[in-house]
Amino acid sequence: MKNVFLIKYGELAIKGKNRHLFENRLLSNIKKNLKSLGEFLVTKEQGRIMVEPVEEDSIDVNTVLNRLSRIFGIVGIAYGLKAEEVSFDAVKRLALAQMTEECADKNITFKVETKRADKRFPMTSMEVSCELGAYLLEALGDKVKVDVHNPDVFLMVELRNHAYVYAKTHKGAGGMPYGTNGKATLLLSGGIDSPVAGWMIAKRGVEVDAVYFHAPPYTSDRAKQKVVDLAEKVAMYTGSMNLHIVNFTDIQLKIYELCPHEQLTIIMRRIMMYISEAIAKKNGSMALITGESIGQVASQTMHSLVCTNEAATMPVFRPLIGFDKEEIVQIAKRIDTFETSIQPFEDCCTIFVAKHPETKPKLEQIERSERALDEIIDEMMQKAIDEVEVVKIR
Amino acid sequence: METEIYLDNAATTKPLDCVVEAVKDTMMHNYGNPSSLHKRGMEAETIIKEASKFFAMQIGALPEEIIYTSGGTESNNTAIVGAAMAYKRRGNKIITTPIEHPSVGEVFNYLESQGFEVCHVGVDEKGYINLEELKTLIDNQTILVSVMHVNNEIGTIQPIEEIGKLIKLQNKETLFHVDAVQSFGKLPIQVKRSKIDFLSVSAHKFYGPRGVGLLYKNKAVRMQSLLLGGGQQKNVRSGTENTPGIAGTLAACQYVTAHQKEIYESMMACKKRLAEGILETIPNTWINGPSIEESASYILNIGFEDVRAEVLLHTLEQFEIYVSSGSACSSHKKGHGDVLAALGIKGAALDSAIRFSFAHDTKMEDIERVIEVLGEQIPLLRRYTVGGKKK
Repeated sequence: MKNVFLIKYGELAIKGKNRHLFENRLLSNIKKNLKSLGEFLVTKEQGRIMVEPVEEDSIDVNTVLNRLSRIFGIVGIAYGLKAEEVSFDAVKRLALAQMTEECADKNITFKVETKRADKRFPMTSMEVSCELGAYLLEALGDKVKVDVHNPDVFLMVELRNHAYVYAKTHKGAGGMPYGTNGKATLLLSGGIDSPVAGWMIAKRGVEVDAVYFHAPPYTSDRAKQKVVDLAEKVAMYTGSMNLHIVNFTDIQLKIYELCPHEQLTIIMRRIMMYISEAIAKKNGSMALITGESIGQVASQTMHSLVCTNEAATMPVFRPLIGFDKEEIVQIAKRIDTFETSIQPFEDCCTIFVAKHPETKPKLEQIERSERALDEIIDEMMQKAIDEVEVVKIR
Repeated sequence: METEIYLDNAATTKPLDCVVEAVKDTMMHNYGNPSSLHKRGMEAETIIKEASKFFAMQIGALPEEIIYTSGGTESNNTAIVGAAMAYKRRGNKIITTPIEHPSVGEVFNYLESQGFEVCHVGVDEKGYINLEELKTLIDNQTILVSVMHVNNEIGTIQPIEEIGKLIKLQNKETLFHVDAVQSFGKLPIQVKRSKIDFLSVSAHKFYGPRGVGLLYKNKAVRMQSLLLGGGQQKNVRSGTENTPGIAGTLAACQYVTAHQKEIYESMMACKKRLAEGILETIPNTWINGPSIEESASYILNIGFEDVRAEVLLHTLEQFEIYVSSGSACSSHKKGHGDVLAALGIKGAALDSAIRFSFAHDTKMEDIERVIEVLGEQIPLLRRYTVGGKKK
């Protein structure tokens, strides 16, 4: 009898002939993620991935569960028991051990359900469930009662190449295995929204790089560190991330000098789009990701978004577009980026925010204003791109 | 490093070489626990006793009135909470000022939440407390008055001797706590003459190690301990004494007290030159707090119109000039302009204040360099102001 983590992955199972690609990627992501926690045997077994600690005593189950629950592509994780031989006797032993633990400190109701992947097994699923229930009632006496409608413990039996028994399934992160769906570049600001946007796209299996626009002395080294910290938080899910840091000060000052004040933010964001796209192309990305949500601030009104969007030729993914702030905050708290996001280090850029910014900019009007930058901006952008600093987060 | 100009000495100072040596030496050779009965313990105890004698002498106290803590914050917490708890049967009123360091201010807020009546005595536009008001505030219910000696933001020096006498005249049982974190070692302090019952000191503000504080406690007064445990330091502050830290603090204190006057004057010369240099060459600048010579020689707070202090700070950082906007302990939080706001300063001026703070080794040529850099950079920064270009 051994302890084992059973990994369930729903959506992958329907991916037809490509299924093994997704499974193999998930397998290697799991291995990579658990590496620092000890030695594990990670194997595929008919629609499940099994994770067995080599030395059971050296691992902390909750730490492993926590780590597994951050891996995209996993729908559920159960921690249970495994027997090498697939026999009803073995199942009885596993079930008794599991249930003894469940009812150790209180009386419980339970229900047994059986999945039989190996149809050669001499009993049907129903027969296994019934006979096992009867056996447990007899073995555990008053401590347990059957309740098929609303049991305290849902005892699962799975008969595959080996026999498995478990009681509780923990929720996984869902989504698709990281790295199975191309690459995109996230505009990461240090606020609440952009890390959530990056996380959401990464959840769909997309590899994510990030770009941060640093404007010393208007933004401090602590503001930059905060963005690195945020990238690390997102990388807790993705495993790794390249953060591209662009020095934006000169460009920002030039815009301030040469363009109308109420359009500064829009023009700045458009230039950020150009630069991000150039960086994205270089690193093999096929799309950009932003944390924009309609109407949240002046630069995210429909009119502003249209102007910003026009600056990019790649698709721009805005997973938060229809979210309210409160909804975004909830996710930020769940994925543990919120506390980092609300550290107040980025105040200084407020110098570049107009008192009454344009909320309904027209593209032609913005382009006209940008003509003031025509002679210098290409060179300045090229310089910013050439001098980008890359922080590799592992 | 040689181009670095460190003018943030009110936040913390660079330890002296002799301090580093003393800490290292004690750490390597005198590792005994002062409470141990054997020779090694005795050695460590002797180091601490000698240090206590020296510290006590500097402020006119007795060696047994010196308590070692982990720093200014612990000293302030211990004195204020400890005294309030010990004397709460005598009265319920405690008094402080609106310009205290958070390690005093927050303790008063806590005590207020615990049912004490907290009064704040007003300050004028230079940061001096209103003595007349203090007089009327002290009644027979007043158990404690806490006033800082030198203000960390603007350098105002409170007349603590006068305050001490005034307090005891109103109610001789009212205790007097002085936060001397920014003044010990730099200005003379005599606790008995100033009628001080508690005095807080932090070693790293005068070239000593971090993590060491002193608390003078008048032995005639009681104080509840905050830390319970092995009963060290006569049961007032449990925990194994930090012998290396104390030895380092002693080395620092010996240096600053031996050269107190000359260090004070050399810092005053730097301060004067910097203040004059800025005020004369850069328009729309002003001093926050008392006049140059009136306030402490090591703190200068200057306002720069139309410049965000934090931006200026990071600009100077690019030239390896290190200054502060608001107190460094608190500048991560909103509302670090609390002290300036208490002086009646309003609006954008709160956000335009830079604190320069000097050390024994601040050089005049460094000051000239700072004036030069400010002269170049301020006009550049003023081109980019909040809310759009100035007409």
